[in-house]
Amino acid sequence: MTKIYLSHNNIFSNLGSESEVVIDAIAKGISGLQKENDSFLLSETFCAALISSEEVGRQFQEIDDPSQYTKLEQMMILSLKNVIDASNILLDEKVGLIISTTKGNIDVLDKNSTFPDSRSYLSKLGKVVQDFFGFKNEAIVVSNACVSGIMAVSVAKRFISEGKFDHVFIVSGDLISKFIISGFNSFQALSEEPCKPYDKNRTGINLGEAVASVLVTNENANLCAEAVEILGDATCNDANHISGPSRTGEGLYRSVKSALEESQLKASDVDYISAHGTATSFNDEMEAVAFNRMGMENVPLNSLKGYFGHTLGASGLLETIVGMHSLHRNTLFASKGYEELGVSQSLNIIKSKIDKSLRVFLKTASGFGGCNTAAIFKKHAE
Amino acid sequence: MKLKREFKIKSYCHIKNQEIWKDGQSVFKGEGAGFSEFAKCAYRFIELSYPKFFKMDNLSKLAFLASEILLKQEDLNSDENNIALVFSNRASSLDTDRKHQESIAVEDNFFPSPAVFVYTLPNICMGEISIRHKLYSENSFFIFERFNAAHLELYSNALLRNGKAKKVLSGWVDFDKDTYEAFLYLVEEKGDNTHNTKEINRLYNIL
Repeated sequence: MTKIYLSHNNIFSNLGSESEVVIDAIAKGISGLQKENDSFLLSETFCAALISSEEVGRQFQEIDDPSQYTKLEQMMILSLKNVIDASNILLDEKVGLIISTTKGNIDVLDKNSTFPDSRSYLSKLGKVVQDFFGFKNEAIVVSNACVSGIMAVSVAKRFISEGKFDHVFIVSGDLISKFIISGFNSFQALSEEPCKPYDKNRTGINLGEAVASVLVTNENANLCAEAVEILGDATCNDANHISGPSRTGEGLYRSVKSALEESQLKASDVDYISAHGTATSFNDEMEAVAFNRMGMENVPLNSLKGYFGHTLGASGLLETIVGMHSLHRNTLFASKGYEELGVSQSLNIIKSKIDKSLRVFLKTASGFGGCNTAAIFKKHAE
Repeated sequence: MKLKREFKIKSYCHIKNQEIWKDGQSVFKGEGAGFSEFAKCAYRFIELSYPKFFKMDNLSKLAFLASEILLKQEDLNSDENNIALVFSNRASSLDTDRKHQESIAVEDNFFPSPAVFVYTLPNICMGEISIRHKLYSENSFFIFERFNAAHLELYSNALLRNGKAKKVLSGWVDFDKDTYEAFLYLVEEKGDNTHNTKEINRLYNIL
């Protein structure tokens, strides 16, 4: 079986537009979450990690005309360019492109947008990115709720295994628009304060804007220092409810179990879990149930939503990249916002940053529609 | 070089222009102009007893009907079935997105609702089918400019060859403004049609 790696990567968030800068911020405990008072977006104060459009435009105008590209397209192109340049790979027929997003350019539906409604079609977003770089293959768009980012990694691995591609570039991202905020607010899912995943006093999610990009490849030359091998992955549905997670954590449990089986590893081989931890009452509880069913209640675990907010279509990939850097630095980052356990079963939540030798990590994500994705990664460098 | 396992297309379903076809034969034709009315009549025709159907958005109703035509003849288990769902379309969930957008567009007529917002994701239609048939399976939703048989073939094969699914229900379910189209087909070990890009396209265009 050919080995498949995650290599050159980029995180574009309000903590920085380079992975290393962002990881350094997390290592210092700095969060991108802030209180926001934009009455266009929401009538009440809310807590989110937003990226300034002006800042994005300023960076983008060094490579092309910002007026021709939406904010999300500018972010995606900037992020992906960083990865393509670092990888030095020719974009030929054996190179694929995956875009992962939940809502893409949905903000163009607003009557104040300067872009036509037709820009809201996700294949158009894919084409814009594909054409900017000159990819020979049509962009594959994955839109599968909040597991999209990590599902894209799974899709890339499966394509490479089937021999269709040798390399796949993934760029994942979402904007925090009025569309999104009003929707989550109608669920009463938003917290006014910085979110507290797994905590007794958690009151809901914060939203965050980010783009993350990565190269998935079968070539083990020219890998970056923090490269990891992807050992196993699975997506399993809860088959229970379209917006509430399964009480027994059925889908998450099955995806972790399937990913471990494919990796030929046991639960005890996992050094670190980068979980979903949105800080809603139901999600965090569901994860506690699922991880206990797997016998993983003692594995050091965090949610990164306290640094980035919930970045929707980007979250699965963004948090995987943080995991790669975590392994490379042999550092477990604190689960920001956590103080006291507030789920019914025990979990080993990382309370403050710890240096520890790390080899294998598990990334999980869950989303509306009952979807759950799990993937297992092993440090490549010896 | 080890030969890769090949699979078959067991059955397929088309829904468009108020009509349902199974394996290329028309099985139901609705009267009246709109999808809403058609969906109600199709629901009765299939003899469904599933009240949740009426809460679903248009895309989910369309996907649900097409999947019901194919799955009701399968000998499904009551507690679980390893049938992966690999769906795709062009318009994502835009039909419902536009409804949500309308509910937030005007300050003094602001009425966003969770019942609408939850459907502003294309994968929800697969969630509905998974709930109905206890599919704890791989579900993935892809967006393309037009029907992409090559991609669906590749991805379904990857799932089947690696034991991630026993069967795959795959295809295209699109709902955009007043136009809707569903083409779903069941891939597994046994069937009359070969599972490859050429065949998938031939069946897609067979009407």
